[in-house]
Amino acid sequence: MLDDKNRIFTNLYGLQDPSLEAAKKRGAWNGTGEFLALGDDWIVEQIKASGLRGRGGAGFPTGLKWSFMPKEVKDRPHYLVVNADESEPGTCKDRDIMRHDPHLLVEGCLIASFAMRANACYIYLRGEYIDERIALQKAIDEAYKAGLIGKNACGSGFDFDLYLHHGAGAYICGEETALLESLEGKKGQPRLKPPFPANAGLYGCPTTVNNVESIAVAPTILRRGAGWFSGFGRPGNAGTKVFCLSGHVNTPCNVEEEMSIPLKTLIEKHAGGVIGGWDNLKAIIPGGSSVPCLPRDICDTVLMDFDALKEHKSGLGTAAVIVMDQSTDMVRAITRLSYFYKHESCGQCTPCREGTGWMWRVLTRMCEGKAEMAEIDMLLDVSQEIEGHTICALGDAAAWPVQGLIRHFRHEIEDKINTYRAGKSVHAVAAE
Amino acid sequence: MSELRKVNVDGKEIEVPGHYTLMQACEEAGAEIPRFCYHERLSVAGNCRMCLVEWVGAPKPMASCAMSVNDLRPNRDGTPANIRTDSAVVKKAREGVMEFLLINHPLDCPICDQGGECDLQDQAMGYGRGRTRYDEPKRAVEEKNMGPLVKTNMTRCIQCTRCVRFISEVAGVEELGLVNRGENAEITTYLQANLTSELSGNVIDLCPVGALTSRPYAFNARPWELVKTESVDVMDAVGSNIRVDSRGSEVMRILPRNNDDVNEEWISDKTRFVWDGLKRQRLDKPFVRKNDKLVPASWGEALDVVAKRLKGDPERMAAIAGDLCDMESMKALKDLMGSLGVTSLDCRQDGAAIGGQGNGQGREGYLFNSGIAGIDKADAILLIGTNPRMEAPIINARIRGVWLHGEADIGVIGQAADLTYPYEHLGTGPADIAAFAKKRGGFAARFKKAKNPMIIVGMGALSRPDGAQVLREVGELAAKMKIVREDWNGFNVLHTAAARVGGLDIGFIPTNGGKNTDDILIAAKAGEIDTVYLLGADEIDMSALGKAFVIYQGSHGDAGAHRADVILPGAAYTEKDGLYTNTEGRMQDGFRSVFPKGEAREDWAILRALSDTLERTLPYDDLEGLRATIRRPDASAFDPAKLGKSGKVTGKAFASPVTDHYLTNPIARASAVMAACAANTLGVREAAE
Repeated sequence: MLDDKNRIFTNLYGLQDPSLEAAKKRGAWNGTGEFLALGDDWIVEQIKASGLRGRGGAGFPTGLKWSFMPKEVKDRPHYLVVNADESEPGTCKDRDIMRHDPHLLVEGCLIASFAMRANACYIYLRGEYIDERIALQKAIDEAYKAGLIGKNACGSGFDFDLYLHHGAGAYICGEETALLESLEGKKGQPRLKPPFPANAGLYGCPTTVNNVESIAVAPTILRRGAGWFSGFGRPGNAGTKVFCLSGHVNTPCNVEEEMSIPLKTLIEKHAGGVIGGWDNLKAIIPGGSSVPCLPRDICDTVLMDFDALKEHKSGLGTAAVIVMDQSTDMVRAITRLSYFYKHESCGQCTPCREGTGWMWRVLTRMCEGKAEMAEIDMLLDVSQEIEGHTICALGDAAAWPVQGLIRHFRHEIEDKINTYRAGKSVHAVAAE
Repeated sequence: MSELRKVNVDGKEIEVPGHYTLMQACEEAGAEIPRFCYHERLSVAGNCRMCLVEWVGAPKPMASCAMSVNDLRPNRDGTPANIRTDSAVVKKAREGVMEFLLINHPLDCPICDQGGECDLQDQAMGYGRGRTRYDEPKRAVEEKNMGPLVKTNMTRCIQCTRCVRFISEVAGVEELGLVNRGENAEITTYLQANLTSELSGNVIDLCPVGALTSRPYAFNARPWELVKTESVDVMDAVGSNIRVDSRGSEVMRILPRNNDDVNEEWISDKTRFVWDGLKRQRLDKPFVRKNDKLVPASWGEALDVVAKRLKGDPERMAAIAGDLCDMESMKALKDLMGSLGVTSLDCRQDGAAIGGQGNGQGREGYLFNSGIAGIDKADAILLIGTNPRMEAPIINARIRGVWLHGEADIGVIGQAADLTYPYEHLGTGPADIAAFAKKRGGFAARFKKAKNPMIIVGMGALSRPDGAQVLREVGELAAKMKIVREDWNGFNVLHTAAARVGGLDIGFIPTNGGKNTDDILIAAKAGEIDTVYLLGADEIDMSALGKAFVIYQGSHGDAGAHRADVILPGAAYTEKDGLYTNTEGRMQDGFRSVFPKGEAREDWAILRALSDTLERTLPYDDLEGLRATIRRPDASAFDPAKLGKSGKVTGKAFASPVTDHYLTNPIARASAVMAACAANTLGVREAAE
């Protein structure tokens, strides 16, 4: 359990004032100028030492990512782009940060930009986030007015501009290179890598794209020390993390907790437990809709961090825990996710464009039991033909939920098929 | 160029330049990589995922079209990176992609025009699974309108975006795009407007499936029943390399042939779609005018009438050669006229002031000396009195290419037309040429500093009454700017007629005080010339011929035939073997694809027969013998400052001689497709106004 004194996002629930004045009282903007005075290398070293891994899903070490930027600014400017296109189903952590603790993000943008020698930073905000845009823009305006950002930010002699860009609501624009395309005013379609953004990103210039949470925790890490942050969680999975708990729990919420907390503890302590008790649990998707689900027996013991979930062939993703109790029709649940990925596929590359629709259609039939047994393996095969063969990770994200379903709940599909063949209503059985 | 790097492909170690893509490296090693979206002349999209290869040790297979050898890291033990194109991972990836492409592709190969030359068909045979596992309904996509040339069947589209990339990168008009998302993605023009590019037909060749096919050719033939003849195009002076596909006596379609030095692998729409003009308005028998009416005649009768006329006073006779003539027929006509003592010959229907020999004018004075491929090396290009987009779309695309890759700046003196790339407009008329030399800053400064500057002067500047004086101005500018050097000749004349350079090379111009086109017309009107021999010449003002007796030898019933007193039916360019010299002075072979229509004969043979009737038999009995007499003029000294004539230029603005790109010659004017294209651009122009 994380003590209150160790929380980074002290206003996550919006119980206090998000304004600059109040944020300063909570510690934001404290000593920022001094950190900048210690130099960009020092900041990157601190972040590296803290063991912070990217909070957007892939879990790439943040400090290492920052160190990929060219050491000197040559003919091309550097950019920091903050990915606030939070669209992964189940995930709503960045939203609360931007609404209630926006100054941590603004401060983080300054620090991260300074560390990467970027004089401009863009925050790409999800199209549906209207209130968040208003709140965040207000914080940016306050910071400009107070001289914290803009010319000679925090008195450091460093000029820094922060722009908030509002997207149009496409999931794919959360993919970092599609986000850059969209930011440049083009159709949001992922780019081929290499070249990676650190080499040729926004407008062909060196760019780093980071998640909101990764950036927003940076100031506090500097203030309290890398050792403090790395003291939480297991080695390689350091720090605190905002978890989004939703689904069949008594009190759905966002909560900042220590990494590597047992999943069961997380749900029982913060979400008031599974509706109907832990024994009523059927499955959990531990990291946003794109990671494979886990059945109850794994949920009993699994720890919430990158490595532990990977061992169970799932992932921490965005740490959006979606809880499903025994009333859930798993096939229908995954079918709905499959529809989402079919809908959000950008259509650029073949496996994702054609495969997501195929999987969704097969699953839709399977919901009714109108399928052959052999089609379960075929579906698995199709998902594997998508996985790893696409330009971006959306193909993987579409394939994994289906693979999780077949891995752990194959019997549910089989039951449906058998029921349909026996001439019974599949819905009646699901409710049993 | 980058250093050589070692890479191991399927166990075979090879050394390739580091900038090579994995696809190139694999091909170097002899491994075949299937692909749909990749095209070597377009930007890399990497979206079809058919070219995936395995980099041993990497978590995922790589798109080999997009990854360069430089991006590879050597193995841990220092040995070169291992690429596999034959592993189980690759096989599965290819089968998977193939399956995905096919699930929503209709099984309509039997009624698809792409059948037999379809990448999807071929690669499905090579890399696909034998059976389908797809039980869901297939996707259907509405057809799109793209104009009179490109027929769509978008259900067949595999979204490779080659067409989109071609239209925006090479053709330079942003008219095609991928709209919608995911499986609803569709290729379309904006609001289904017609394509306006004069290179749009190339998307038909680029389309790897049957989504974009040729509308005029639709359902006409199957590729395997066509006889393929490699030939040369005559629609403009580029001399695009083409393949003429015929069945029986009919030309069914025209396709480009690859020639990196000329047309790469593109051809203009006029080149591609003009073939229906070969079937209309044809002159298929000799005609003789009797009682003011053209009546069919036998060859003997017609030749007798002509021979009788040609026995007159050579001073009162003239010959004009047209824009589509092969060199052999012009040579034969020149020899025949020479033997009769006729000195008034001209192959410049438009009266262009070029081709004067000697006194430093040289052959280079009328050639595109940098070469078409030389455009790629240019870093500053000044266009004078030319609209290359209308006069030679292939050259315009090449100029756009060198601009797009960021290396060239372009300036224009003449009409400010949309050339598909930005340029600095430096004036409209002859006075601006001299003024340019004095200009500082902007394009002028960059031109002076350029390593390989080019001046391209067009017929809009030279085929006017003061053309010779304009040519002198341009030549003086070229001399002043020192663009003619030992290692680089930046003086270029862009011709509009396929026959022009060939005609000038064999000297089909007035000799010994003979008259040029303008003077011939004046003399004919005044009654000083009473016999005019038109060899495929249709672009002159026929009313200016006055009462002269007109002999027209050609393939189409156009202006010349209407005015003629005797018609000798000749062969179109697809119906004879012939030599053509393009604007850069490149002599190329055209080959006969089908036989001339009806009683029509190859043009040189008509002239040879005529010489027999005249009892002035030409000294060759076959084409080989005739060709042996054709020699390129000897290289003489070239001094651009001595080109043309000195004198006053008028203030009249330059205007391109091509006012209607699609209707510049008799074949094009006979073509219904070209008429539709002309109407289409007219419609666009009116809508814009």
